[in-house]
Amino acid sequence: MARKKGRMSQEVNSGSMADIAFLLLIFFLVTTTIASDKGILNILPPKLDPNVPPPDIKKNERNIFNILINANDDLLVEGEYRRTADGLDKEMKEFILNFGEPNEEAVALFNTLPASLQAVAQRRPESSDHPKEAVISIKTNRGTSYEKFLEVFDLAKKAYFDIYAERVNLTADQYRGLSGEDEATKALQDKGKEGIPMAISIAEPDKIGGN
Amino acid sequence: MSKFKKKTNTQTNIPTSALPDIIFMLLFFFMVTTVLREQTILVEQKIPQATQLQKLQKKTLISYIYIGKPKNTALYGSEPRFQANDALITAPDIVQWVNQERDMLPEADRGLITISMKVDKDVKMGPISDVQTELRNADARRVLYASTGKIYQD
Repeated sequence: MARKKGRMSQEVNSGSMADIAFLLLIFFLVTTTIASDKGILNILPPKLDPNVPPPDIKKNERNIFNILINANDDLLVEGEYRRTADGLDKEMKEFILNFGEPNEEAVALFNTLPASLQAVAQRRPESSDHPKEAVISIKTNRGTSYEKFLEVFDLAKKAYFDIYAERVNLTADQYRGLSGEDEATKALQDKGKEGIPMAISIAEPDKIGGN
Repeated sequence: MSKFKKKTNTQTNIPTSALPDIIFMLLFFFMVTTVLREQTILVEQKIPQATQLQKLQKKTLISYIYIGKPKNTALYGSEPRFQANDALITAPDIVQWVNQERDMLPEADRGLITISMKVDKDVKMGPISDVQTELRNADARRVLYASTGKIYQD
């Protein structure tokens, strides 16, 4: 009897302990969502002074890319009805880089663009004169869903970021990831933006279809 | 004598090779269960997806406003409401809230205050524009539309 007790190993098999720990780790990794501070940045226009009349801006209709979204989430892009926003980013890119009637400054800007972006310029007379003039205007109803608005706004941002990124030979993801905190990344950011201001105008929604 | 010898053969030391694993397990458990947010969200939050996400470098500059249908519809109704800090507020209160948030920032950063709008998918543009009008009144014009990542298909 005593002999038997002596031979018995009292050590708990711990070889699989690591596996169990990993299993738990993976379980929690999968099930937790980490709260992130990511989003789409937008700068609102300044408040209008009621005593000062709003500045009378004369802009040619061809320089404005009109997007209307109604309360049914239907789109009216440049007067043309469509159901979904697919492909809108490409159209906006073509609109921004149209160079229909460039002035001297815009010609100089055009010459600095990489060939891939120059190829986008179609020089159509009914589209924008040059990127400095081009404005993308998004107008919604009060009943438009936020999701649809964000989708369109996202595509407008994408059009600009694609252009910026292509100018500095980065992918759009890399360009958006630039922190702008040190000299090198700041220089890259500025080089991408130079001469092409991000002009996305969000009009005050009208009362239709909402409260 | 022989009996005594055998007894010393039994191993009495506790195996410690798995100890680091156990410690790690505890560590992960506490990491996961610790709630960093001290406020409860009173409105529904299904954050929409977008592709062109940007990350802000300075988190201290961000203040959050939650917009959505109240979870407790019996108490707060089913219309979208705005939550700032841990209370539901109405549109006219936003200016005051922004000013409070701004006063908490160091002087040099006050102009850079960014409002992160965590908006539920189902909210319409009406309440959003009300909030934006108030933010313009409060001169807090940097707005972040909080959204989660989406893989973009070409």
